[in-house]
Amino acid sequence: MTRFVLGRIGFYTLVAVLLAFFSIPLLWLVTAPFTSDPTYEVKVPDFTLDNFRAVLEHPYALPSLWNSVVLSVGSAVLVVVMAALAAYALSRVRLPGRDALLYALLLLSSIITGTAAMVPLFQLAVELNLIDSQLGLILILTGGLLPAAIFMLKDFMDSTPKSYEESARVFGASPLQIVRHVVVPLVRPGLATIAVWAVANVWGNFLMPYLLLSDVEKQPAAVITYTLYTEGGQANLSMLSTFGLLYSIPVVLMYLFVSKKYGFRFHGGIKR
Amino acid sequence: MAAIELRGLTKVYPGGVKALDALDLAIPDGEFFALLGPSGCGKTTLLRTIAGLETASGGSVVIGERDVTALQPGARDVAMVFQDYALFPHMDVTDNIAYPLRIKKVAKAARHEKAAEVGARLGLDHLMDRRPGQLSGGQQQRVALARVMATQAQAYLFDEPLSNLDARLRLEARTFLKKLQRELGVTTVFVTHDQAEALAMADRMAVMESGHIRQIGTPAEVFQRPANTFVASFIGSTPMNLLDGVARGDTLEVAGCKVAVPVSAEGRVPDGTAIVYGVRPEYMTYSAEPADGAFGGKVAIVENLGASHLVTLDVGDVIVQAVVPEGSEPLVGDDGYALPRRDRALVYRDGELV
Repeated sequence: MTRFVLGRIGFYTLVAVLLAFFSIPLLWLVTAPFTSDPTYEVKVPDFTLDNFRAVLEHPYALPSLWNSVVLSVGSAVLVVVMAALAAYALSRVRLPGRDALLYALLLLSSIITGTAAMVPLFQLAVELNLIDSQLGLILILTGGLLPAAIFMLKDFMDSTPKSYEESARVFGASPLQIVRHVVVPLVRPGLATIAVWAVANVWGNFLMPYLLLSDVEKQPAAVITYTLYTEGGQANLSMLSTFGLLYSIPVVLMYLFVSKKYGFRFHGGIKR
Repeated sequence: MAAIELRGLTKVYPGGVKALDALDLAIPDGEFFALLGPSGCGKTTLLRTIAGLETASGGSVVIGERDVTALQPGARDVAMVFQDYALFPHMDVTDNIAYPLRIKKVAKAARHEKAAEVGARLGLDHLMDRRPGQLSGGQQQRVALARVMATQAQAYLFDEPLSNLDARLRLEARTFLKKLQRELGVTTVFVTHDQAEALAMADRMAVMESGHIRQIGTPAEVFQRPANTFVASFIGSTPMNLLDGVARGDTLEVAGCKVAVPVSAEGRVPDGTAIVYGVRPEYMTYSAEPADGAFGGKVAIVENLGASHLVTLDVGDVIVQAVVPEGSEPLVGDDGYALPRRDRALVYRDGELV
């Protein structure tokens, strides 16, 4: 009995420590922006808005958030459209060596945006005149996300019964009509998942934009965060915390929105 | 509306499985035609080949004098109801029914009007705003039928249209489908593995086995005179008695009993030929008294069929079954005699009807 109680106490203590470990940084993120002179401590804020004013006055802070939106939404749209078409084809057409191809793609994907490919990618971008261009960055980020996206979406496509499409086919629908009218609505939760995943990935990506965008006006928030120092070379905690809060809010909102809208699946229509 | 004709239709799957073997079949305009057979006999493949969802390896499909063998499913002017109905779960009933018209680029108002009209005809008027997930099995089936009707296709193809309904609903749907087909007068081919369903609904039917058609005929023909022992054993809710025997002059020696040669085989079985004697349990007269030309044995099992009983007799080392009307059923262990009707019994030689 005592053993059991001690075990429970130990377990809950461990949970509490873990919880604190993860919640204190978050707590700091919510309190520090409203504190006049934030340190690394979590303090009760004095609810000043000066830090926000400072961020607003920073010449690159707000534009960089917009750049983040452009980059992540642009990549997400490309990823979803291209992955949907590719996954549908791979799911429905029998190709010799299809599964091997998929696994190879997945393996390569971690290399494309990985550190090993930095130099060749940089050179490629220079050759194609895509250096310091948001379009070029979107294309490279898309390339990096596509294989995993195709892999995940193919699973979704595989699990939708074929008779929906065959039914549409007998009524005379063309392959593209079938994709638009039947397949896309059926796998919409999957597409939403991929879109959120792509946005979150690009939103948080630091290395690629840092390397490929040298013009500070084109840089996304992740890169700008890196420049928030005081004249003395110290991390500017008031700016960092405030900007960090603004930087994380859109992603949290997006998660909430998408999970509310697509957090359900359609049922019925196919009798099992 | 159009007739359907298959000429030497063959389907070989990659890997060499021959699903259809040079089938010839003519279905006249307006007929309700059943494809019946055990699972794996190729009936669904045949239906899908007519629809164009499978490409024929050889032969041709002609619908209304138009050779459609090389055409895409959408260009064949047929409509299909799938076994799982395949209603689009993200569209309401109206949009589901109107979908074929959307593909044909009919304006939204016109196609919704058509959907409402067809839906009303099938008693779906109060369900038009629902999603398929909110409908019962029977309602889903009617939506699938309405969607097919909205196409105004030349021919309808139904793949196991009743198999997803409960037993009770299935009987109602059977009557409903037959009535609907009669009213619409559209050539309809349906696939089923249930012989009772085929007998009840079809104008004519084809019984299939491993890629071949074993018999084509009206339900009455197929039931009364199965062309071979396969069809004989497949058709009928109580299986036909198929007993090995030998012709002995004017009589047949079957299971150790002497029975008269059936009317249909009179003078056509030479002395000494090995035959299979077939008679349905329904065409046997059971009696507790011995009779000439009857199978005599001990009652082994009595099964209740509702208004009648199925009596199984041990005759020598084979079993003979007879249907006995209610009230006169014997007890297990009694001696019993089953006298086949001469005008209904059949003789098979080498598996084929004599």
